[in-house]
Amino acid sequence: MLGRLSLAAIPFDQPIVMVTCGTVGAVLVTVMALVTFKGWWPYLWREWITSVDHKRIGVMYMILALVMLVRGFSDAIMMRSQQALAAGHAAGYLPPEHFDQIFSAHGTIMIFFVAMPFVIGLMNFALPLQLGVRDVAFPMLNSVSFWLTAAGVLLVNLSLFVGEFARTGWLAYPPLSELAYSPGVGVDYYLWSLQISGLGTLLSGINLTTTILKLRAPGMGYMRMPVFCWTALASNLLIVAAFPVLTATFGMLLLDRYCGFHFFTNDLGGNPMMYINLIWIWGHPEVYILILPCFGVFSEVVATFSGKPLFGYRSMVLATMAICVLSFMVWLHHFFTMGASAGVNGFFGIMSMVIAVPTGVKVFNWLFTLYGGRVRFTVPIYWTLGFIVTFVIGGMTGVLQAIPPADFVLHNSLFLIAHFHNVIIGGVVFGVMAGYNYWFPKAFGFKLNEPLGKAVFWCWFVGFYLAFMPLYALGLMGATRRMQHYPNVHWQPLMVVAFCGAVVIFCGIALTVVQLAVSIRRRDRHRDLTGDPWDGRTLEWSMPSPPPAWNFTHLPRVEQPDAFWAAKQAAKSSQVPERPGYSGPIHMPRNTPIGIFIAFFAFILGFALIWRIDWLAVIGLVGALAVALRQFWQTGREVEIPAEEVAAFERPTMREAA
Amino acid sequence: MSAAGEVLEFGAGVPLSEQGPAPTRVVAGFGFWLFLLSDIILFSALFAAYAVLSGASADGPTAAELFDKKHVFLETLCLLASSVTCGFGALAVVRSDSRALYLWMIATLVLGAAFLRLEASEFARMVAAGAGPSHSAFLSAFFALVGTHGLHVTLGLAWLVIMLLQAATLGFQPMVARRFFCFALFWHALDIVWIGVFTIVYLGAH
Amino acid sequence: MHPQSVPQGRAPGVDSHEAHPGRSYLIGLAWALLLTLASFWAASTHSVYAPAVPVLLAVLAIAQMGVHLAFFLHISSAPDQANNFLALLFGLFISGLVVFGSLVIMTNLNHMMMPMDQLMQMQR
Repeated sequence: MLGRLSLAAIPFDQPIVMVTCGTVGAVLVTVMALVTFKGWWPYLWREWITSVDHKRIGVMYMILALVMLVRGFSDAIMMRSQQALAAGHAAGYLPPEHFDQIFSAHGTIMIFFVAMPFVIGLMNFALPLQLGVRDVAFPMLNSVSFWLTAAGVLLVNLSLFVGEFARTGWLAYPPLSELAYSPGVGVDYYLWSLQISGLGTLLSGINLTTTILKLRAPGMGYMRMPVFCWTALASNLLIVAAFPVLTATFGMLLLDRYCGFHFFTNDLGGNPMMYINLIWIWGHPEVYILILPCFGVFSEVVATFSGKPLFGYRSMVLATMAICVLSFMVWLHHFFTMGASAGVNGFFGIMSMVIAVPTGVKVFNWLFTLYGGRVRFTVPIYWTLGFIVTFVIGGMTGVLQAIPPADFVLHNSLFLIAHFHNVIIGGVVFGVMAGYNYWFPKAFGFKLNEPLGKAVFWCWFVGFYLAFMPLYALGLMGATRRMQHYPNVHWQPLMVVAFCGAVVIFCGIALTVVQLAVSIRRRDRHRDLTGDPWDGRTLEWSMPSPPPAWNFTHLPRVEQPDAFWAAKQAAKSSQVPERPGYSGPIHMPRNTPIGIFIAFFAFILGFALIWRIDWLAVIGLVGALAVALRQFWQTGREVEIPAEEVAAFERPTMREAA
Repeated sequence: MSAAGEVLEFGAGVPLSEQGPAPTRVVAGFGFWLFLLSDIILFSALFAAYAVLSGASADGPTAAELFDKKHVFLETLCLLASSVTCGFGALAVVRSDSRALYLWMIATLVLGAAFLRLEASEFARMVAAGAGPSHSAFLSAFFALVGTHGLHVTLGLAWLVIMLLQAATLGFQPMVARRFFCFALFWHALDIVWIGVFTIVYLGAH
Repeated sequence: MHPQSVPQGRAPGVDSHEAHPGRSYLIGLAWALLLTLASFWAASTHSVYAPAVPVLLAVLAIAQMGVHLAFFLHISSAPDQANNFLALLFGLFISGLVVFGSLVIMTNLNHMMMPMDQLMQMQR
């Protein structure tokens, strides 16, 4: 009746899990009670849960990512503490079966449910505003994408309390991930939660690519788009190209596990190496999906706070698109040691070094933008400067490992771990934090507290180096990744230093929460009254903070890049007649609960498939289809915003300080 | 996207890329085109798996032993014909001609269903002969690739039925017309994938 | 009569504002039938140099895909089809990489694998 599900699925014998379960449960109940008691449900449902507004959806992605950052980081600090303790004959406090789930969950959550939502959230929020349009191409689909990601999050977190998670690492290589060696539900949790959220991501990629290519303000040709829009275009093209490969590969593994197929099994002709090949065809573009929008953020931040246009716009665009194409030509560097011949290894080694060149072009462009500018040292610039130093180091260790003979020594050592955390933290985390601080005033109408923001930066910066530089050394000394314990006690001091670094990062995360709370408390002191708190260059700063639901009353006419800056200069230097205000009503897409309903049924379907509960799976599938069909027949999908409401927001595109 | 209700007039020589937001028809069509390309990439991963594993028959039945070219030729004709009837059906939508629409689209349905019937009988024959997907990597790859295509055809036919119901209940409003055009894109793309399937899987089996 | 300009280019396939003559479908059908028959013939003929048959099949298949794209989907390199055409090229590029890249790599890896009998001896 309940498939493989029973009370035995709840890990009563694991105290750490049960305590976590209790705490999370208590927090959830408290939050729900608070919301109910204060009567916030109608507001939340109407304004956020059923919203199809890209700005709201972007904020929800960021909130989701921040919450999952706490989960992923708690996995990290457990690993660091275990490794700081378990030297020589010491066993630490985490048994191997538990440790294996922790490192698998850490990677899966950080990549799929922290980094991706952060980046997609930023793109969702900023793109239509920068492009000068009202919303993305498919607002309803945008909501579906977000809620599908949330369904994936729910499944992954549920695995902690009901059943187990995969013990295979974040990419679940076969044959370990096949049924013969992972008969439990862990790998199924992994596969279904990623298939569901992967669908959401793919739809998001299609949505944002269409937005950038088909929905831009009049006059905004391709070479007049902000650089962030170019990097977002490259990133979303990569999503559209790479995620189908992930879906197909996971699909094949699911067929192996559920239907007895033999794609990657050890017997009857299966080839596990094929999985590794296919998964990295997705995996390498994935990291570029994460970093490219962050490069875009840095481009915007550097230009704005230097008071100069970005140096080398054309070369930035070319470099971005070159990275987009090249990112699909390097994937074998993730498995140099799997045994390909020198010719094949050499080709991919060279390509991996070539891809560093356009990134170098970008770094020089950022430096030349800063040079000669009047740089304002705001929090986003701190993150940018930290990024330039840190990412370059990480990039160099990447190019080092791109040389196959070197990689034969360093593959799967702590050196590799240090490298990719170097580029992901130094690149993606720093980029997201810069974007968060940069666009927060636009989203909420007040700035984040500066001193606390700088404290957050220093904690992350110092914490990162403390946590990961020792890992480079340990890797060179021969330490492997994913060790639950290790025999060489000489490694322990460095592991302890790394643990201290993790603690410092934890302070950074805690201070982020504090910064948010303090900023909300003191929001009247930091109000953004003009909509342009940074003296910005791009169109999002031409609207009030926060913008009205329809973004632009009158779509701006663009004549050059940095359109808003040009408009400000023109207004200062001459009497530019104001464009006549638009006086009619505006039609916007109506809110809809379809996103959360489809995601709910997707969650039911995923859960049922994991536990092999056939009747529940049918309910999930039928429910999702029924919701979709109902929506298919909906005709009244727009809402009219009356002219008076529009007029109340109408204001000139640039406002002189009174 | 309604551009504030203003009609955007552009002089001659303004490049298409500077003419402001595209009309909904174009946005929907292009978005669907991107989805189709992502689907083609999904198929390419399955093709890659098939190409790599096609020799791994684990001492079981091989491709050359299993495939019947006449059967495949018949399937190909059905799908190709259905692509043409679908094209005429799309033209009927342009003219808002409901009789022609039903004529051509029901023809598409019938031909598509014939294709599925032929394919199902082939699968059943193979499974009955001990050549099901769990017998070797080659067979797993075959059933996954050809089966995924068949699943797409099935979902497409279901979508077509729903679209005909929409046309009957909602008429030829822009939303319905857009969806028919997207269906036509989908159906033609499936035939393109089938060209790859019959060439690589069936004809490529020495 | 020159067509009304559509901002950001046309959608692929049939457009509601213009009808391609139904003739394009019939021409496409004729070519596709011809190429299909040619493919089936090529697969079982003895009059073509045997190692060249896979190449011939590939050429015929690509030609037929082109026929579908041109006559059924109306994709071209016209300026108002630029986005559709570029997107198609990108998709084809990636598909090609996935298929041929995987083939090259997996063939190479399989070739470099220890022979199975030696591998089984390691088990003991």
